Amino acid sequence: MDIEIIREIMPGVTIVLGSALPALAIGLIGAKAMEAIGRNPEAAPKLQTVLVLVVAFAEAIAIYSLVIALILKFV
Amino acid sequence: MVVADLHISLAAEEIFRLGPLVVTNTMAASLVGSLIIFTLLYAAGRSVRIRPGGRLTQGVEAMSEVILGLIEQVTQNRAKAERFFPLLMTLFAFILVNNWLGLMPGVGSITIQNSHGIVPLFRGATADLNTTIGLAIISVIMTQVYAVRELGLLRHAKKYFSFNPILLFVGLLELVSDVSKLLSFSFRLFGNIFAGEVLLVVIAALAPALAPLPFLMLELFVGLIQALVFTMLTLVFLEIATTNHSSPASHEVRSVEHEASSVSG
Repeated sequence: MDIEIIREIMPGVTIVLGSALPALAIGLIGAKAMEAIGRNPEAAPKLQTVLVLVVAFAEAIAIYSLVIALILKFV
Repeated sequence: MVVADLHISLAAEEIFRLGPLVVTNTMAASLVGSLIIFTLLYAAGRSVRIRPGGRLTQGVEAMSEVILGLIEQVTQNRAKAERFFPLLMTLFAFILVNNWLGLMPGVGSITIQNSHGIVPLFRGATADLNTTIGLAIISVIMTQVYAVRELGLLRHAKKYFSFNPILLFVGLLELVSDVSKLLSFSFRLFGNIFAGEVLLVVIAALAPALAPLPFLMLELFVGLIQALVFTMLTLVFLEIATTNHSSPASHEVRSVEHEASSVSG
């Protein structure tokens, strides 16, 4: 395969692979959060803050791969 | 196709030089942001009285109360919250204003011509890796400074270096995690804001009529959330660093870390 073709598709492959697992992680976190809130609606504000914090952590991983994809494409 | 004309630059573009100093468009934008914060706070600070001053002062005081309440939720200690407040409020205000400045009309679209071609005059400061690395360095170093200030140099150093081999290993891992904190802070903020910029540019190039509206709303939301996340993560790390692990009350550390996630409804 030509190096040029690989160079063209690599940003796409990077972002696809790099955001698949974080997406799954965020989905699992959200599911558990909904379970917990459903079980105890009074604790919802506390759970909401933890949810936002942990989702930010998980999303950061996806952002790392996005940055690499952007670097590959534009630099 | 129109997409081929998109000018997206990862690095900040230079607008002029002052001798050896390169002034980039993100530096100009962060200067504008700082001026905005300064004028706002100066105007609000002029009418601080025992009985509530003008509406601007009341607004600034209200926002400060919200942030202070958030900090107090984590630290469980009003005096400590007031010690942390200046750093955290500054980080929050700076990041928020600069995130939202990147969305303002004129930022990114007003261009000038210089030796590098046609470059935008302003660009969101947090969309530049330099700014975010600087903020992350400030956050991590101030965490160490606050920890030494609260605990004293010896007790803080004992967290990282000890004679017990297991604790020594854990301590060295903590040092490594500090470096990873630096990277994660900077790349989280940079990635979110820069990706938002790229998204807005691409949408504007494809469908400039009404399509950018929901994306602009998304970027407003993301700007707020990222400022909040940066501040709260700094707060949590500050709290963990300034807690004395070897005291008999160290069982409170766990409850503090649990409280670290609560916010007044």
